[in-house]
Amino acid sequence: MSDNENTSPQKGFLAKHAMIERSATLLMVLSLVVVSIGGIVEIAPLFYLENTIEDVEGMRPYTPLELTGREIYVREGCYVCHSQMIRPMRDEVDRYGHYSLAAESMYDHPHQWGSKRTGPDVARVGGRYSDTWHVDHLSDPQSVVPESIMPKYAFLAKTPIDGKYVEDLIKTHRAVGVPYTDEMVENARADFKAQADPDSDYDGLIERYGETANVSNFDGQPGLTEMDAMVAYLQMLGTLVDFSTFTPDASR
Amino acid sequence: MSDPTDKKPVDEVTGTETTGHVWDGIEELNNPLPRWWLWALYLTIIWGIGYVIAYPAWPMISKATPGLLGFSTRGEVARDIDSFREASAARDAQLASADLSTLADDVELNRYAVSSGAAVFRNNCSQCHGSGAAGAKGYPNLLDDDWLWGGDHASIAYTVRHGIRNDSDEDARYSEMPAFGELLEDGEIPALVEYVRQLADEEYDASLASAGEPLFADNCSACHGDAGTGDREQGAPNLTDAIWLYGGDRESLTQTITYSRFGVMPPWGTRLTEAQVQAVAAYVYQLGGGEADTPSN
Repeated sequence: MSDNENTSPQKGFLAKHAMIERSATLLMVLSLVVVSIGGIVEIAPLFYLENTIEDVEGMRPYTPLELTGREIYVREGCYVCHSQMIRPMRDEVDRYGHYSLAAESMYDHPHQWGSKRTGPDVARVGGRYSDTWHVDHLSDPQSVVPESIMPKYAFLAKTPIDGKYVEDLIKTHRAVGVPYTDEMVENARADFKAQADPDSDYDGLIERYGETANVSNFDGQPGLTEMDAMVAYLQMLGTLVDFSTFTPDASR
Repeated sequence: MSDPTDKKPVDEVTGTETTGHVWDGIEELNNPLPRWWLWALYLTIIWGIGYVIAYPAWPMISKATPGLLGFSTRGEVARDIDSFREASAARDAQLASADLSTLADDVELNRYAVSSGAAVFRNNCSQCHGSGAAGAKGYPNLLDDDWLWGGDHASIAYTVRHGIRNDSDEDARYSEMPAFGELLEDGEIPALVEYVRQLADEEYDASLASAGEPLFADNCSACHGDAGTGDREQGAPNLTDAIWLYGGDRESLTQTITYSRFGVMPPWGTRLTEAQVQAVAAYVYQLGGGEADTPSN
């Protein structure tokens, strides 16, 4: 602009904005820089600050059966109605149990925190009800909770699974950082089957994943179905950390 | 910045000052933001600075700045919980050590126990036993006087505390009915079904039932009693009262005898406080079916 120099009342550094305003690309690049400063200041420290990453005892990777159940949970969109995040508020703690810790989601890819609760939070549903209740409830929620509006998932108990791809599933999770050992990967399918069969030799499973791995015929029928995987997953939710030995650091 | 004494160019058409910027011959008018808006902006900036000083904010090397007020979400919730616990601490302590059989004498404590027990029930028990405690198929009705493991205060509290047939509590109530499908001959189960229906005073086939009577004596009476009235020591249901946990129709009875049933209740002693266990026992007791406490309690 030829008349710019004459008409601009501004001089020096601030006058440079004319340059930005006249180049769409430069404007975009610099906008991005400004926005990322906000992002970096808010997000980057979470990766290194000691007080956001809490070490808790008891966390372990999901067993192959639980991980499969988790895949079904995601597939069926359970997260659309159920959150897995007990917030640090008295009424939540009273109703659901100890508030969720960041470390409890450390092996979740992706996490299932959610913010929409059409149904109750399920972060600590593990062990609250019997396996049979979960099967009854998933098959026909209204048979046990008449006021429930949850849809029926009876087909889970009729859909057999054989763990054909469970090793790949474990490998995928290992690729994104879950510390599955070679032994866990090799025995994935065996562990997958052993966990749903109390008559099997499940010592290896317990050795690899610890005492918190429940072995049970979750769906109460012979053969492995998606219901076994789903109930195995639900029954371990929120049970890994022993809160009787946990002292929260107030400044976290 | 511009010198305030500078004469600013004025747009001829509107009579408004321009910023002096011209793009392709179009001048930018200088319409400044309203004062109130600007002041609101400056105030939020000042507020923001204060907030950053008062509350946890800036990420440093290993921790964020804690803020002068020492606020933390966890501290807040812990204080909140403590203040409610404190408010009911005296009553909870009284309730935790109370003899439930004489609870009714202390009107105020009884009222506290029943209403806090109702809250505990709705949160933890209603999913299986129903929000009105009428149960569902496989989950006992707690309103009637038909008890599997006993209906006095101590028995109810024990069941709540340790649960039934679970793996996680060593003191859980335990019994296991055999799956008679593997033990009986063909045709014996239908006979037993008819005999059980006869016991319960339901419509039955007389000839099959008479064949079922000796089978019952051989296989079932050890737990359910000679007369089929059950045994609470092992949670064996009374079969004569026409109250069915899994259904009294022929199909359900056949299934029960063939595959048996194995109802599990989790232990609540680990999740609830002692006062809450006592409270929910008192609540369930007064729902309608509570039985006289035996003196040995």
